[in-house]
Amino acid sequence: MANYLVMIYNNEAAWADADPSVAAEVSQQHVAFAQKHGHALRGGARLGGSATATAIRHTGEGTTSLTDGTFAETKEVLAGYYVIEARDLDEALAIARDVPARFGGVEVRPIIPD
Amino acid sequence: MLAATVRVTRDLDLAEDCVQDAYARALVNWPESGIPARPGAWLTTVARRRALEQQRRRATLARKLPLLITDDDPSLPELDDSSVGFPDDRLRLIFTCCHPALSSDAQLALTLRLVCGLTTVEVARAFLVKEATMQARITRAKRKIAEAGIPYRVPGPDELLERVGVVLDALHLLYSSGYTAVSGTQLIRSDLAARALDLATMVQALLPDIAEVKGLLALLLLTEARRPARVSADGELILMEDQDRSLWDHHAIQRGQELVREALTLPPRGRTGRYVLMASIAAVHSEAPAWEETDWRQLVGLYDLLLERWPTPVVALNRAVALAFVDGPAAALETLDHVAGDPALAAYPYAAATRADLLRRLGRTAEALDAYRAAQRLTNNVAEVDFLQRRIDALEASQSRSTSR
Repeated sequence: MANYLVMIYNNEAAWADADPSVAAEVSQQHVAFAQKHGHALRGGARLGGSATATAIRHTGEGTTSLTDGTFAETKEVLAGYYVIEARDLDEALAIARDVPARFGGVEVRPIIPD
Repeated sequence: MLAATVRVTRDLDLAEDCVQDAYARALVNWPESGIPARPGAWLTTVARRRALEQQRRRATLARKLPLLITDDDPSLPELDDSSVGFPDDRLRLIFTCCHPALSSDAQLALTLRLVCGLTTVEVARAFLVKEATMQARITRAKRKIAEAGIPYRVPGPDELLERVGVVLDALHLLYSSGYTAVSGTQLIRSDLAARALDLATMVQALLPDIAEVKGLLALLLLTEARRPARVSADGELILMEDQDRSLWDHHAIQRGQELVREALTLPPRGRTGRYVLMASIAAVHSEAPAWEETDWRQLVGLYDLLLERWPTPVVALNRAVALAFVDGPAAALETLDHVAGDPALAAYPYAAATRADLLRRLGRTAEALDAYRAAQRLTNNVAEVDFLQRRIDALEASQSRSTSR
């Protein structure tokens, strides 16, 4: 068994423009997802918007610089994540297909064990 | 052998090392003990035993190896010869190499390297990239298989249809790259074509009820059947139009036609797949006793269906060729000019050659000559360049005859 990080990328502008009923609907979809795949879920959360992000860049020589915003400026930003446990990538992908991501999609990455 | 060893190691690099190690031991042992009755089985057994030793050692070191995981019983398999090289292992390996989580370039490169046994140098040549580039690509793909946990198994029935498509595409590309070598002086790399045909036969034997699997095997058989007639004794390309059909492999044709008929009875019936359609087209050609007796109307109909499923400029080009025999070269030229602007066709020598042929049949000699020369500039295959030169020579000869008259 291995753990996988499922990152939910959404188009923030589309999300902001959507009708409030959509938010309720998506929230319901997450509940349904958690019920269906609860046995595989090891964690997960919704994140604040990209406007709340702060990037810390290591500039070398032991110094860092703080900038406002995410690392990459893209239309789709990381909106939330799940950590799931699966036998292999195929099983992880089968679960990740059910993750609600109405305004974008998800990216699946293996979590490398210590 | 590699496939059987991977089954033990779940790790491609380790399996490759063990196989190489087995060969090295054979070099030492065989001169003394004599060559065993079944050398392949001997090598596989040694490679797998070596893999088991290595695995136990790694387990005691508790090194966290990125393993290829399967749903098999984790207890170690028996080392009996009967299961050596069981085709299932190769099929698993193909599905691992062609996993959709790998880039399509990596899928094909891995299939060529690990399933077909080409060296990295050969794979690099097939892709026209530097060896170091290909080495890096293959290493990256292997690392992804291990770290992301791409399983070493044939997918379950719900995924199989979706997943087998990539495998068929890889085999088709493998065959095509063998059928017309991209460059060089040899028209056909028969070793690549033969490997593709072997693997397609194997996939069909293991997955007998999938229409597209039958379709691909039929397509390869029907294409391969024409091979003896495709190149002259001097290595010159002979178009299907001019081929001696008695040289065709009629046994392969019969088998191909059977497979097409079987495929057409399998689901999805309403929506015939790409390979079944392409095989049907090849079957129509194979049924005609002579080029003039080809059922062109049926071919145009099949190309129409294929265009719906697979709207590529190359299919449109082939449809135009068939259309020329139904509605005449003028109509075909018109449809060809519709698709000619496509950038994919601009560098495709067959597009220019087809145009040249239609212009020649319409008596537009000067334009035909220009188009033949354009086609010549676009191909790197010596046999094809020579073929086009013969067309140019013949056309120039007829031109000078008509002007001197």
